[in-house]
Amino acid sequence: MQEKVFEITANQEIAKDVWEIRLTGDTSGMEKPGQFVNISLPGFFLRRPISVCCVEGQELTLIYKTVGKGTACLSTLRTGKLDVLTGLGNGYNLERAGDAPLLIGGGVGVPPLYELARQLKKRGLPVQVILGFNSISDVFYEEQFRALGCDVTVTTADGSYGVKGFVTDALAGKQYSYYYTCGPMPMLKAVRKQCAGDGEFSLEERMGCGFGACMGCSCKTTEGNKRVCREGPVFRKEEILWEN
Amino acid sequence: MGKLNVNLCGIPLDNPVIPASGTFGYGYEFAEWYDINRLGTFSFKGTTREPRFGNPTPRIAECESGMLNAVGLQNPGVRAVIEEELPRLQACFHKPVMANISGFSVEEYREVAQALSECEQVGWLEVNISCPNVHGGGMAFGTSPKAAGEVVRAVRAVTKKPLIVKLSPNVTSIQDMAKACEAEGADAISLINTLLGMRIDLKRKAPVLANTMGGFSGPAVFPVALRMVWQVYDAVKVPVIGMGGVSTAEDVVEMMLAGATAVEVGAANLVNPYASLEIIEHLPEVMERCGIESLEDIIGGAHRT
Repeated sequence: MQEKVFEITANQEIAKDVWEIRLTGDTSGMEKPGQFVNISLPGFFLRRPISVCCVEGQELTLIYKTVGKGTACLSTLRTGKLDVLTGLGNGYNLERAGDAPLLIGGGVGVPPLYELARQLKKRGLPVQVILGFNSISDVFYEEQFRALGCDVTVTTADGSYGVKGFVTDALAGKQYSYYYTCGPMPMLKAVRKQCAGDGEFSLEERMGCGFGACMGCSCKTTEGNKRVCREGPVFRKEEILWEN
Repeated sequence: MGKLNVNLCGIPLDNPVIPASGTFGYGYEFAEWYDINRLGTFSFKGTTREPRFGNPTPRIAECESGMLNAVGLQNPGVRAVIEEELPRLQACFHKPVMANISGFSVEEYREVAQALSECEQVGWLEVNISCPNVHGGGMAFGTSPKAAGEVVRAVRAVTKKPLIVKLSPNVTSIQDMAKACEAEGADAISLINTLLGMRIDLKRKAPVLANTMGGFSGPAVFPVALRMVWQVYDAVKVPVIGMGGVSTAEDVVEMMLAGATAVEVGAANLVNPYASLEIIEHLPEVMERCGIESLEDIIGGAHRT
């Protein structure tokens, strides 16, 4: 965990209400894919937690959806400095990947899987990716995953692009050793039910501080109370209380 | 350089800055950000007899210049605090710590106070009778002078350590509450806990917080807190600890001029993990600018002008 000042170098809309922002600064606090940063925005009291899409040298790439006033404000920034808490959360465990990992992302749950895919490819592993969106206008990063050499399947709920249906409709025939997933809770529940084998899930929760102090984002797990921001956001399948 | 030290109920503090309960966990995690021995002390997470998860999520909401929380006293229970959290703290904090306790009955307050009172690391007990986020306890004791007095009397009977009572601002007369606590043997009064508030999500047309209501804190509440510190300073003889929206060294000086012997910093820690440290580091400069040689000299100073 570090507090660093980053410079905005680019900020552009890459799909409907989905923005990619590039920052440069000290990224040494970022240790694992699946971690997040917490950004201070001018005029807003609480920071905005955003998962990390890519860390390459000094460059940090984040993808966020404009869902409220804070992210709308962020989308107006083109230059300037941002106060960022880096290296938050536990991240995915690459050691469990096995020889054929499957990555399943839904909507703005896709970004942290990109850095994960990069790291897994660096280890020489074949990486299969399923990216789920509502409609063609929501689709992003398909090409970026392909450029990494991943086997990519895109699904859209309305069938306007790729496989019609949900991410779980693209599972047929997939052979994998372990899965990693991030997306809305209904998707995570469906993945848990329909994916054979073991995997890791990145959860989302409204946060106060993002670094473990306020207990705002706690969840009950099979191993007691945990903080999504600190012991999470990535949880193993057996840790999560699925009935909740 | 001016003198920052103060004395809180017979225990010296290097400076009057104290991270407030609920914004600093059990301390050791902030030691990853900075040396927490730089603080006057800190008040640890409100502790109850049994472990608590607290309220359902979402339990955080943003407001203009502040935030709502409805955490609801999540804590691992007093046994685990003594056996696990305090030993972890001992490795990185070498000053007396303020133990914040809460309960749902007078008996629970008494039991938790007694257990924590026996811990050498604990310097002060801060009895929270003001949590707005739990039903059937917490604030129920903090909105009636009689009920507050009963809690203070019960805790007083089991501890010789300095006993601080943390008051709720959600009352008709903060002075009557403070007086009732002083009459039953409180050694100090801390205030304010959060103000009861709520937000509604326009998309869902429903309350943002799963608990509907929560406690409002942050810079927006500072003037309310300052006013209440001022009033309580006039109403009681025991020391007052001021808190509520304190975010800068200037705020600390204002609180002290209103009557605070020490000052707690809450929500500011959640948006800037270095907030309390930065306030301490900035205090000498503000003191010099204001012609203050010793912070102890200015306590209640604005009442004398």
